[in-house]
Amino acid sequence: MGSISIRNVTKRYGKGPAVIHGIDADIADGEFIVIVGPSGCGKSTLLRMVAGLEEISGGEIAISGRIVNDIEPSERDIAMVFQNYALYPHMSVYDNMAYGLKIANVPKKEIRQRVDKAAGILQLSALLDRRPRELSGGQRQRVAMGRAIVRDPEVFLFDEPLSNLDAKLRAQTRIEIRKLHAELGVTSLFVTHDQVEAMTLAQRMVVMNDGRVEQIGTPETVYARPASTFVAAFIGSPPMNLLRGHADGCAFHLGGQVLPLAEPAPRNGDLILGLRPEHAALGTDKGWPLQVDLLEMLGAERLVHGRLAGAPFTVRIDGTLPPPREHSTVALQWPTRQLHWFDAGTGARIEG
Amino acid sequence: MVERRPAIDILAHAVLILGVLIVAFPLYVTFVASTQTAQDIVNAPMSLLPGGHLVENYTAALNGRSSGAGSTAAVGRMMVVSLVTALLIAFGKISISLLSAFAIVYFRFRFRMLAFWAIFLTLMLPVEVRISPTYKVVADLGLLNTFAGLTVPLIASATATFLFRQFFLTVPDELLEAARMDGAGPMRFFKDMLIPLSRTSMAALFVIQFIYGWNQYLWPLLVTTDESMYPVVIGIKRMIAGGDAANEWNLVMATAVLAMIPPALVVMLMQTWFVKGLVDTEK
Repeated sequence: MGSISIRNVTKRYGKGPAVIHGIDADIADGEFIVIVGPSGCGKSTLLRMVAGLEEISGGEIAISGRIVNDIEPSERDIAMVFQNYALYPHMSVYDNMAYGLKIANVPKKEIRQRVDKAAGILQLSALLDRRPRELSGGQRQRVAMGRAIVRDPEVFLFDEPLSNLDAKLRAQTRIEIRKLHAELGVTSLFVTHDQVEAMTLAQRMVVMNDGRVEQIGTPETVYARPASTFVAAFIGSPPMNLLRGHADGCAFHLGGQVLPLAEPAPRNGDLILGLRPEHAALGTDKGWPLQVDLLEMLGAERLVHGRLAGAPFTVRIDGTLPPPREHSTVALQWPTRQLHWFDAGTGARIEG
Repeated sequence: MVERRPAIDILAHAVLILGVLIVAFPLYVTFVASTQTAQDIVNAPMSLLPGGHLVENYTAALNGRSSGAGSTAAVGRMMVVSLVTALLIAFGKISISLLSAFAIVYFRFRFRMLAFWAIFLTLMLPVEVRISPTYKVVADLGLLNTFAGLTVPLIASATATFLFRQFFLTVPDELLEAARMDGAGPMRFFKDMLIPLSRTSMAALFVIQFIYGWNQYLWPLLVTTDESMYPVVIGIKRMIAGGDAANEWNLVMATAVLAMIPPALVVMLMQTWFVKGLVDTEK
């Protein structure tokens, strides 16, 4: 019930090169999965292949144990919320939500019940007679969700449904989607390019880049143990500092300087050292010399943008602490934990 | 422009009134002539005040006469022929164009672009250009003096197909995809989405095509030889006898006024829809 299994799925347009290169993922019933990645990474294409709106060039997709490669979208027992909502402009909210059921020849009385129930959940009951153009952006978004809910599907698919809302409404809708998922418990596949959305909504997230899966895991895992430099730089704001240098025991050679390490690197040779801005701290005198270029005050915290042996480096400090002066050089405390190591060639994580 | 300059106001009104007079005066003369006797009209100068024969002239025109110069057929019958022809052409054009535009925009089939260009080419071949071959075909099919002969050759329309194609291209793809997810097949999508969404365009087209059909002259002139199949526009022409014969101008004018009424009604009744169809697309 409601599980999705994606096996070695590829996509190519015509005879062109593949845009999705063999993706594997298993999604359990009731899970909330977020697919996240930069634009053009193939995340929407993957979702559309699950939906049946794009043909699958290779591999298999199974929903609830049934391979759906050649099954029409309407028969896959799924419902989709589109980025622009795709509401039928000439139909009332009620008819928009009822349309799929009407086509499926559900009795009128049952349609009424199901639409009323969904409208109740989404607080749309007062708007059922309106046309989409008479609704606000947030209300339209809820109608689009209502259209998905009334079909009572095994799987919800969301294609960046929040990107047309303003920031405040987006945060609010995010919470509503979470509550809705807790209430209905339907397997959900949610595509977004926004890492905050991904982190807050996902039970597990799939980070994609350039048609490949970089990492699948819980938000905590993805944040704490990014599988590659791409994930490290993509998840987290500001992104993780990545220093490309040469490790030799407890010394890290970077741009002509030698940075001492508290613990030896996992191996010697060319490596990339990653350190999140919040895991670095400004010290007093002894430490890594950071040349401060710019300060950004964000309220609760302050970002110190600077250079460490020529490489850009950002530190996040408490907003109440006295800030360093711009264009001065301060010392970074030796970081003892939360160091991430990546292979300099492949960008893959090296477990310490 | 919100300007308060009386001189310009007066000038603007003068120009507008002049324009209205130029357009309206011939219509007025037509109407006045249709209320007088044939004798009054030929007495120069003709009176510019309505005469007292309105009911009598119109009844004579509508029901036909037993004798007189030129055609004496009943205009009432012609009005029916014109109405049926214009409606068939308008509805025929709209349905054919809707379907062909739907096929061209939403289906990938072999020779799709060829089909599109073939339709597009007919834009350059109006009835007048292909009139002899078309006549031959219609005559060979035995369609002279029939409604089919009057309407079918005029129904295929590149303009309308093109208009609907442009409209369909503006319908977002996501709408089609949402309908697919809801389980609507192609014809269901056509019926439930495209047709309701193109209502305003259809109304605008209806007005244009109704008038086009009503005003057809050359083609009906060729394919109708039987008085019972004359559209009213041809009827007017046939009522005017050539040479020195004494034409019953009062009845010709009455027929002209009658012929103007239905298109005017269509424009007036559908005006709001018509403008909407040309200006906005309901989205």
